Amino acid sequence: MADEPRTESALPLERIPFMQRLLDNPFMLLFIGVVVPTVVYILWGVMEITQIPLAK
Amino acid sequence: MTDAAIPANVLGTLAAKFRTCPATGLKVDLAAERLIKANAVAAVVFLMIGGIFGLLVALTRWPAVHLLSSDMFYLVLTAHGLDVLLLWIIFFEIAILYFASAIILSSRIAAPRWGWVAFALMIIGGVMTNIAVLQGDSSVMFTSYPPLKAQPHFYLGLILFAVGALIGCFIFLGTLVIAKEERTYEGSIPLVTFGALTACIIAVFTIASGAIILIPTFLWSVGYISHIDTLTYKLVWWGMGHSSQQINVSAHVAIWYLIGAVTVGAKPLSEKVSRGAFLLYIFFLQLASAHHLLVEPGLSSEWKIVNTSYMMYLAVLGSMVHGMTVPGSIEAAQRKNGYTHGVFEWLRKAPWGNPAFAGMFLSLVMFGFLGGISGVILGTEQLNIMMHNTIYVPGHFHATVVTGTTLAFMAVTYLVVPLIFQRQIIWPKLARLQPYLFGLGAAGISVFMMGAGTLGVARRHWDITFPASDVMLPHGYPPMASLMMGLNGLSAILAATGGALYIAITVGSILFGKKVDASNAAASLGPMPKKIVRDAVTKYGDAGTWHLPGTYVLVALFFTTFVLYYFVNWKYLSELWPMQ
Ligand code: HEM
Ligand SMILES: [Cu+2]
Repeated sequence: MADEPRTESALPLERIPFMQRLLDNPFMLLFIGVVVPTVVYILWGVMEITQIPLAK
Repeated sequence: MTDAAIPANVLGTLAAKFRTCPATGLKVDLAAERLIKANAVAAVVFLMIGGIFGLLVALTRWPAVHLLSSDMFYLVLTAHGLDVLLLWIIFFEIAILYFASAIILSSRIAAPRWGWVAFALMIIGGVMTNIAVLQGDSSVMFTSYPPLKAQPHFYLGLILFAVGALIGCFIFLGTLVIAKEERTYEGSIPLVTFGALTACIIAVFTIASGAIILIPTFLWSVGYISHIDTLTYKLVWWGMGHSSQQINVSAHVAIWYLIGAVTVGAKPLSEKVSRGAFLLYIFFLQLASAHHLLVEPGLSSEWKIVNTSYMMYLAVLGSMVHGMTVPGSIEAAQRKNGYTHGVFEWLRKAPWGNPAFAGMFLSLVMFGFLGGISGVILGTEQLNIMMHNTIYVPGHFHATVVTGTTLAFMAVTYLVVPLIFQRQIIWPKLARLQPYLFGLGAAGISVFMMGAGTLGVARRHWDITFPASDVMLPHGYPPMASLMMGLNGLSAILAATGGALYIAITVGSILFGKKVDASNAAASLGPMPKKIVRDAVTKYGDAGTWHLPGTYVLVALFFTTFVLYYFVNWKYLSELWPMQ
């Protein structure tokens, strides 16, 4: 980064891009892959089902 | 970490034993190898059982043959779905997870003892559910929608199987952690492993959904719970039923990359693009589960459309990216191998005589053209209504899960047998034929079931003749429908022959094949232009070219077909409800 110019030549401390850090982090991916469908598909779906009025 | 300080029996495998693979030079953890063998063999056994059931189903739905009685038909149909869709595919996928982690990363596998616990649970569960079905009181189809009620051990078996598979997923994740800690690879995991990771992530959601819904259903079948809400059941069940198909897609795409890498030395065109496409799967693929509920009145159009249209198309985009980058990476590699003439020399001179390559390429083409396009049609809310619950649906998913996944898994077996079982393929001539035979048969059952479905033939239906003596309102389908179901029956015989050949070759090779050693290792993988199989699989890196005229032609062909077929279906729909 710009505020630490000296470390650049000494170590290959290049800032790893966000996408690459995401793709290299299996547990973050696991978290996303479980939370997204749970919220958008299951929870939203269940909420709609619970709002269906019961027949008497 | 000070390894010596930890007693070996705590982590189990600190003293992991390795061998060096003569073909690739990779270090192979023997514990991982044994687990891969066990899971692969179990998979093949269940494919055999389930395949026989599939043939019986198809012969019954062939009006001129109409083989089984109605009771037997529903029993056998339940067993067919269960054995092929769950047991064959998931056992094989667990083998792939272990292969893509421990073997490709040259790592020891995490907690191999748990691997055996997982295997035992899956076997016990699979056998238990099969017994329940064969006893005859659980012909509830593999979807087991309440209020249909099966015997308790039907659900219990499924639950045990799912728990076992979940343990397998965690062993995969654990192995990734170990490989990273012990630095068995540098930088990012290879693309094939990343594809397997995608499959594993989707599997965790899948299995969790399955557990959430099957445990109460089990308690209901035992009598502890009085009522299962049918719509909630469908919603959560399809979180499993559909997502599990997405495990298959991720796994077989990973296999396509693997086979391309091994047989022609294909490297991804762009690691970033391919990983991005897998990421789209992780985000969006599971939401498409909603297409199974498109005609349920209780759910809003917003929920349906967000989950199936917007989100599903993002996942479809991921598939189309793979659909282009897999053949593209093969073209790039083949051009490097010297096949540079014209637009298609790379394809004509591809190793078509290698069953791994042939099976892979057929799987790729048929998954895209037959399965992919029909899937988008079914996933479109407006069009879905024309085909909902017709035999078009099994037609579509035999294109995805049979010509796509099953054929890809068969193809990779021709590499797994020499690499992991260390046996040469017996009958190489028949093995060359096998992917074509099975592919043709499977394409036939897909296309003809879709054809019959377009004419309105129902799925899961014992009889389509509805004679006046049996029913109150006689109904006749156009004769074309019977013809389609007959052609489906013939294709089923072809597919079953190809399947039987696969099983004979695999089992025969494992039992009687010549041992693979350093002298014949590369030759055992079948004919291929390049003999170095390691780097393209295990190293991160791009092919470094986008000069792919052949692939662009194939992609253009795909889109033309897609657009035409899409609009033909809208035309059909407009004729269904003419506006005057
Ligand atoms: C020899 C190969 C096969 C043949 C001849 C075959 C044939 C059939 C037929 C005719 C149906 C019944 C359609 C209906 O009446 O609704 C069916 C259903 C089904 N098949 Fe196959 N199939 C084969 C292989 C496979 C494989 C390898 C898979 C999965 C990997 C598979 C998965 C399914 C599923 C999930 C169903 C739906 C069952 C249900 O509706 O409950 N099939 N198959
Ligand atoms: Cu689905």
